[in-house]
This record gives sequence, C-alpha cells and structure tokens, in this order.
Amino acid sequence: MTTATADASALRAQQDKGRKAAQNREKWAQGRTYISAVVILFWCLAPAYWMVVTAFREVGFTYDTSILPTHVTLDNFKTAFDTSFGNRFGQALLNSVFIGGVVTIVSLLIGVFAAYALARLNFRGKFLVLGFILGASMFPGVALITPLFQLFTNIGWMGTYQALIIPNISFVLPLTVYTMTSFFREMPWELEESARVDGCTQGQAFRKVIMPLAAPAIFTTAILAFISSWNEFLIASQLSSDATQPVTVAIANFAGAQPNQIPYTAIMAAGTIVTIPLVILVLVFQRKIVAGLTAGAVK
Amino acid sequence: MATELGPTPVKAPASGGTPVHHAPKGVGEDNRIASQGRWAAWLLAPTIVALAVVIVYPIISAIVMSFQKDAGLDPATGLFTAGGPAGIQNYVNWLAQQCSAPSGGTVACPPGTLGGQFWSATATTFFFTVVTVAFETVLGFWMAMIMARTFRGRSLVRAAVLVPWAIPTAVTAKLWFFIFAFEGIANKLFNTTILWTGSEWPAKWAVVIADVWKTTPFMALLILAGLQMIPAEVYEAAKVDGTTAWQRFRLITLPLVKPALMVAILFRTLDALRMFDLPYILTGGANNTTTLSILVINQIRQGFNSAAALSTITFIIIFLVAFIFVRFLGANVVEQSGASGKGKK
Repeated sequence: MTTATADASALRAQQDKGRKAAQNREKWAQGRTYISAVVILFWCLAPAYWMVVTAFREVGFTYDTSILPTHVTLDNFKTAFDTSFGNRFGQALLNSVFIGGVVTIVSLLIGVFAAYALARLNFRGKFLVLGFILGASMFPGVALITPLFQLFTNIGWMGTYQALIIPNISFVLPLTVYTMTSFFREMPWELEESARVDGCTQGQAFRKVIMPLAAPAIFTTAILAFISSWNEFLIASQLSSDATQPVTVAIANFAGAQPNQIPYTAIMAAGTIVTIPLVILVLVFQRKIVAGLTAGAVK
Repeated sequence: MATELGPTPVKAPASGGTPVHHAPKGVGEDNRIASQGRWAAWLLAPTIVALAVVIVYPIISAIVMSFQKDAGLDPATGLFTAGGPAGIQNYVNWLAQQCSAPSGGTVACPPGTLGGQFWSATATTFFFTVVTVAFETVLGFWMAMIMARTFRGRSLVRAAVLVPWAIPTAVTAKLWFFIFAFEGIANKLFNTTILWTGSEWPAKWAVVIADVWKTTPFMALLILAGLQMIPAEVYEAAKVDGTTAWQRFRLITLPLVKPALMVAILFRTLDALRMFDLPYILTGGANNTTTLSILVINQIRQGFNSAAALSTITFIIIFLVAFIFVRFLGANVVEQSGASGKGKK
C-alpha cells in the first residue's frame, strides 16, 4: 500500500516536473519567437525609417544620427518639387501615374480573358501557353531595349509616352495573366454552372456572375500591375525624355544646387513621397496582395 | 507537388462548364473539348498577339541585328566603318573580348573599354546572383518560419516585410547610397571609415546588402505560402513519435516545402541575373559592379548591333540557367502555378 502511494506520488512529481519543463520550453520558444520578430521588424523597417526621418531633417543636419529629427523642416519636400536645378519631380509623378494607369488598364483588359481561359477551359497546348506567359514575365528587359531603342529612334518615338507604355506591357501583362489565373482558379465556379443551368450562355455567366465575384481579384491584380509599372527603371532610363520621365528616373538623376554636393535630404523627401502611397496601399490590401504575389508559386 | 498535401486550394473541377458525368464518354466529350478550344483560342488571342508584338518581335529583331555590323565611327579607331552583314563577328568579339584594330582585323580590347568587360561583367553578375540568392534563401526561410508561428503581433511582422518590397528599386538604391555615404549611418554605426562605393569589395557588398534587404521579403512570403500548405497534424504526429525539432525540420518541413522553395529560388535567380537598377544607381557600375545588363545599356549608344549581340548572349545565359533549374533541379514552375487540367486523365 505505502509503496504504491509513494510510487504514485513520485510519478506525479515526475509528471509535474515534466510539465513544468515543457512549459518552460514553451516559454523559451515563445521568447525566441518574439526576439526574432523584433529583429525582422528592425531589419525591414529601420532603413525605410531612415529615409523618412532624413526627409524631415534640415540640410545642415543631413548626417545627424539622432533617431528623431532634431531640426524638423518641410523644406526638403519643397526642394524636391523645385524645378530650378533641372529636376522635374512633380511632372515625373504625373508621368508615372499616367504610364502606370494606362499600362495597368490595358494589361487587365487584355489579360482577363486569357486568365479566364487558362483557369477554366480545357484545351490542347494549355501548358505551352502557361509556360510561354511565365517565361515572358521572367524575360530580361535588356533583351528588348536594344531593338526598341533603334526602332523608336527610327520612327521618332524616342521620349514619347507610347515608347514607355508599350515595353512596360511586356512584363506587366504576363504578371497580370498568371496572377489572375491563380485567383480565378479558386473562385466558386459552381455559381457559373448554376447560372448556365438557369439559361445563361457562357458569356452571360461570365459577365453577370463571375465578373462581380472576380472584382476583388482583379483589383488586387491591378495594384500589383501598377506597382510593377511604377517601379520600372531600366526601360524608362533609356527611352524617356525630360518631359516624359517617370519618378524612378527623376529620383535617380536628382541634381542639387552644386554638382559635387548630393542633395540627400531632398532625395529622401522625394523617395518618401514616391513610397508612402505605395506602402499605404500595400498595407491596406496586405492579405490580398500576399495572396496575389505568392499565387503563381505554390498553388 | 505541394497541392497533394493537405488542405488543398479549391481545385477547379477538372473539366469546364458541364459536369463530366452528364456528357457521354467519347464523341460528346471530344466535341466539348473542341468547342472549349475555340473559346480558349479567342480569349487567349489578344494576350498572345500583344506579347508577340512587345516580346517576340523585339527578340527576333535583336537576333537579326546581332548579325549586322555597326555602321559609324569606330570608337577604337576613329575610322568610319560601313554596316552590312557581320556573321558571328559581334558574338566572337564579346566572347573573346576583341575590338577592331586600326589596321583592320581585331585585337584584344584595351582595358577600360566596354568590349574588354564581358567576362568580368559575367563574373560580377553570377557573383551577385549566387551571393544574394543564397542570403535571401537562408534569411527568407528563417523569416518565413517565424511568420508561420502563432504569436501576438504576427500580422504586424507580415505587414512590415512588405515595406522593403513596396519601395521602388530606384528609391532603394538612393536610400542605401545615403546609408553607405562616407558620413552616412553605416559607417557611424559600425565606427568604420569605409568608402563604400569607392572600391571593389565594399561596393559589391553594398549592392548585395541593398538587394538582400529589398528582395528577401518576396522570398519569405513565397516560402511562407509553402509552409502554410503543410498540415499541422503532420507535425503533431511527428511530435508524438518523439522527434526532435531539428528532425522535424529536416524530415518534414524541408521536403514538403521544397517545391515552393525551388520556384522561389528560380524566380529570384532569374531576377538577379538581369540585375540593373540597383548597381546602376548605387555604384554606377564602377569598381567591378558592372552587370551584364549594365554593359548592354552602356553599349547601346556605341553601337546597336553589338549591343544586340550582347543582349542575346545575356538572354541565352538566363535561358540556360532557367533550363537547368527546371530540368535538373526540379523547379516545376508551370505545374506549381497549377494548371488544373492536369489531374484530369
């Protein structure tokens, strides 16, 4: 009897010990996770924060290392839009919006049909088409630039908007098609079947049932398309003129009052202006955007 | 592949509009597929035509150009050379680093000229690719493992990793240019006095660090998506069986996330091989940070046809790397991107 109770209590003690050890391990693991999370947050946000905080520093305090700006000013934002040193940042912003807008709309209008076909229809050569479109999105921009440079020079398109819009379609359209294809694949297509049972044609079912359901997918794709056009630099740096250059080129070529003095604070202000709308957009639609970004790769 | 595991995404029904069992096998099904084929052709036509105009046409004309001589003043000799067919001379010139000589024929390009930079640019491009992708894979994997855990503030971390991704590369380059300035925060933080963009290795590492910062989030998100396809029960079962955390990582996580990982690595590799914006703005290609893309851009204004040959070589290199990935390393992009028609038969 006594031995049995002793055994039982020893066992219980051991179990308690085990449980405590497990709890401790759990706490440890949780603690390590938090430390890692803080490291990730710091790594991702600190450089971006440095850009924003520098944008608010007075020029004389460009290299200040205080975490909060000690001499706060909005002058840098004024300098960013100042055209007296040959910078055309304001114009470049409008150019980027215009180019990105046209590229996005054209790519969506063309790509939505292809995405529907790839997601919904069975046909021979589907893999070939998918492979072609994926290959196109991985295509190096430099392979296009030389012939386009010559062609646009010959027909007098250098520095025009169309010379910037057309090459952008070459990488935005494939991106649009495969992002939308993977979104479309996950939609409740039974509804399309019901609509067809109720007497809709395939085209009507597409317009009346699927399009409204697809709107969020299309909107997310539009954001991704716009961002990739907005970020384009290689083609724009070669084919744009002062009047049509997008913001990426304007920032890369940003000049200061003296040629040997780099106007860091104004550049950081310009960078902040270019980035903030994007970051807000991305954070608001975070879930959808992550789904769209990773759609092609894992599903 | 990943779709075989656990909570699969809703798979589109294998066949199109009408359920299979309604259609009699044989003739009816063939008709249906044929009619879907016609539909598909119409729907795909605009995309295919657009891509043919903006991609296929430029490629073909680049290849045609690459077999032509550049007309104009020869930068090496100052003599006027006429155009005309060049055979494979443009390619030979790049690969053997030959420039045309004043006396006719070719000689080894003098150092500093574009023609003499092909192999160093290739080496630089591959250096950037291997180093950045290696760092991004390890860091991205780690970030993904953290983000896959449940803890308060997880959504904050997931949002934060999107910030570097959302910043345009041109802005990223300027930002790191400022961070790596002589009086910049990098030198102050580490108490160093390095001229980051002034000599070869600091300049290369500056590009690598900036690129890793900018693109690791993309890698992490792709890997995270792969991790989330692994059902939690697999881990629980393995825990019950008394495996260690390392064993679970090696025997469950790695093999199951491999398809997504391979695709992520492939995407990043192809992207890194065409790297342009970052070194072009950050270092201007100085100090041996000229990538193949930068070399093409620098060549354009000195001769279209020679630039076309170089861009074709670059394209072939990238194509070969992609081929090796898909063929030998099993990065099945098309299947991963999940054509639903495959499971049908």
